[in-house]
Amino acid sequence: MAHHLGGLSLALYGVSFICYARILYSPHLWLGRLASGLLAGAILLQYFELLERSRWIHTVPYNDLHGSMSLFAWLLGITYLGLEIFHRQRSVGAFVTPLLVIWIALLGLLAPVETPMPPPARGALFAFHVTLNTWAYAAFALSFVLSLIYLVQDRVLRSRRLGSPFWRLPALDVLDRMARSSVYVGLGALTLGVVMGLIWQHRLSGGYSWGDPKVIVTLAILIVYVVYLRLSRSATWRGARAALLCAMNFVIVLFSYTIVNLYFTKFHRFF
Amino acid sequence: MTVQTRPAGQGAVRIQVALIGCNHKTAPLELRERVVFTPEQALYAADELRKRGILEEAVVLSTCNRSELYGVPGETGPTAAVAMEDFFSSFHQIPRAELDGRLYRWMGTEAVRHLFRVAAGLDSMMLGEAEILGQLRGAYNQALDHGSTGPVLNRIFQGALEVGKRVRAETEVGARPMSVALAGVKLAERVFGNLKGHSALIVGAGAVAEQVVEHLRNRGIGSLRVVNRSYERAAELARKMGGDAVKWESLEAVVGVPDILVASVGGTGAVLTREMLERAIAARHGRPVFVVDLGVPRNVAADAAGLYNLYLYNIDDLGEVVEQNKKARESEIPRAEALIAEHLAKFEAWRSALEAASIVDDLRDYFHKHREMVIREKLSEMKDVSPEERARIAHITEELIERVLDPPAQKLQHGRGLRGRLAGIEVLRHLFGLDEEKD
Repeated sequence: MAHHLGGLSLALYGVSFICYARILYSPHLWLGRLASGLLAGAILLQYFELLERSRWIHTVPYNDLHGSMSLFAWLLGITYLGLEIFHRQRSVGAFVTPLLVIWIALLGLLAPVETPMPPPARGALFAFHVTLNTWAYAAFALSFVLSLIYLVQDRVLRSRRLGSPFWRLPALDVLDRMARSSVYVGLGALTLGVVMGLIWQHRLSGGYSWGDPKVIVTLAILIVYVVYLRLSRSATWRGARAALLCAMNFVIVLFSYTIVNLYFTKFHRFF
Repeated sequence: MTVQTRPAGQGAVRIQVALIGCNHKTAPLELRERVVFTPEQALYAADELRKRGILEEAVVLSTCNRSELYGVPGETGPTAAVAMEDFFSSFHQIPRAELDGRLYRWMGTEAVRHLFRVAAGLDSMMLGEAEILGQLRGAYNQALDHGSTGPVLNRIFQGALEVGKRVRAETEVGARPMSVALAGVKLAERVFGNLKGHSALIVGAGAVAEQVVEHLRNRGIGSLRVVNRSYERAAELARKMGGDAVKWESLEAVVGVPDILVASVGGTGAVLTREMLERAIAARHGRPVFVVDLGVPRNVAADAAGLYNLYLYNIDDLGEVVEQNKKARESEIPRAEALIAEHLAKFEAWRSALEAASIVDDLRDYFHKHREMVIREKLSEMKDVSPEERARIAHITEELIERVLDPPAQKLQHGRGLRGRLAGIEVLRHLFGLDEEKD
């Protein structure tokens, strides 16, 4: 059942990408609404897929790499849709939805579904800790995409070679505001997630593992994004430089999510 | 034109559309300005064309670049176009000889195709311009309210308005700015998004700068200041555009305030130096500045282009953007033509359905007429046939006609291929001499 739901949600993500891409050339209101509707449908189906998986493995869906990646994609979709509604801007959808399609399509290849294992009891606090941190990563990923579009748009504006999609992309100011909103979401989720993780660990062991590489890198992520928010409103960094900084910050997030999780930390290797 | 609906047994339904007119491609401005129809004249002309029996339905489309008469010919048939040209000539009191080679004349599908191309902006001086659609809607609505249109012109003008809307929504033919002034404003929107609440400073008061200001005003720009060497001229423009005039000596003080700077000072060279703009950006805490330099020689120092968060476009840059847009619009023509072809096919299908229904009725009339003649002739020789047998013969021959007519009727109305159906209608008319029969 979960497999069918996953396939169906992937198909909906694909069709919504086609609609979003079409908007860049033919901006119809109905097409935009259809694209958003399809994306919302895909997110809903993926939610049910995650729910089915949870029932099947009798634990949270991120208990293995497949589930974790799937949760990341789902949260990325939700965050984007939220920003789209908040900023009333659909033209970024053509760049976010293909990432979702590729990410989910790669899930089956890179992280095949594993046989369910009896899960260790970790409780709701731990579940919130992981979910919030994954949400933060998804929000930072979105800010990365938005910053890249900003940099491309800025370059195109200065080069004066303005192709057809250029006229449909959001304005620099909108991209900047969307990227900042996304970072705010990421910082909020990460801060809450870290606090919950610390409380959970203290309850479990009576102490905190500050020396764990995952904790160190996570604190570094918090710092670099706070610095970004501060600099992005300063006279010398505002604009393309801030966008570049935001894009570079995501490299640390990627490092934390992949390399640190897989090779450096023992405490945070939850799959 | 109107569908020639007929009382039973009179005249076949033949849908014909005629168009004559001239535009910027066929007539110089001196001639075009003499053949303009005011709205009142357009209605009067449509009335006259119908009163004189030249047309059954009429619409006059008159803009600064074209004057066209659309209609459905009445009894005059194919000679309607000549009569329309004569009318056009006499209405504007221009000798026919002067109009020779200046007027175009289209009949049938080609007339409809021309109207669809006009609505799509493909026949405009500026490819894809949007104004023509509004002008066409105005001309049609006026004629509709006045009662000079009928089912055929209603059909094709409504189709044309739909084509115009679809071409602009589904292709890039009308999507990108085609004037230097609009290109500058559209580019500013790429930086700031919605321009509502933003501020602009106009340095100098050239004609193109005025156009830029008009576009900015249309987009709800928040505050507008005009600075000019002649304070009176600045005050005049500011009053006209609803802004504030600033003295030339205060330029340095106000240059750091606006988001958009439009420089258009004639024959002076750089009035905005790199240092001045650097200070302006610093005063804005690094917020971007969009600068349009319309001056020749340039009003903004060339080395200012490299300033961080300054987007500078001079007249050549904007010209280049307009040129790129022109090419992009031209590359969309095939897509627009495909939409036109789709709507033309719809019109042709409607036309053939009406004509097919009509030809079957004509054939039925033809067969019945000959059946009655034969029965009358033959039964007069057969004295021993009883009234019951006569009725039976009549019934059988009637059924025979219906059976013979049914397959061609089905094929004409539901057969595949519009072209085949139309050809079939023409062949039947010719073979049975239906048109002569009616005459």
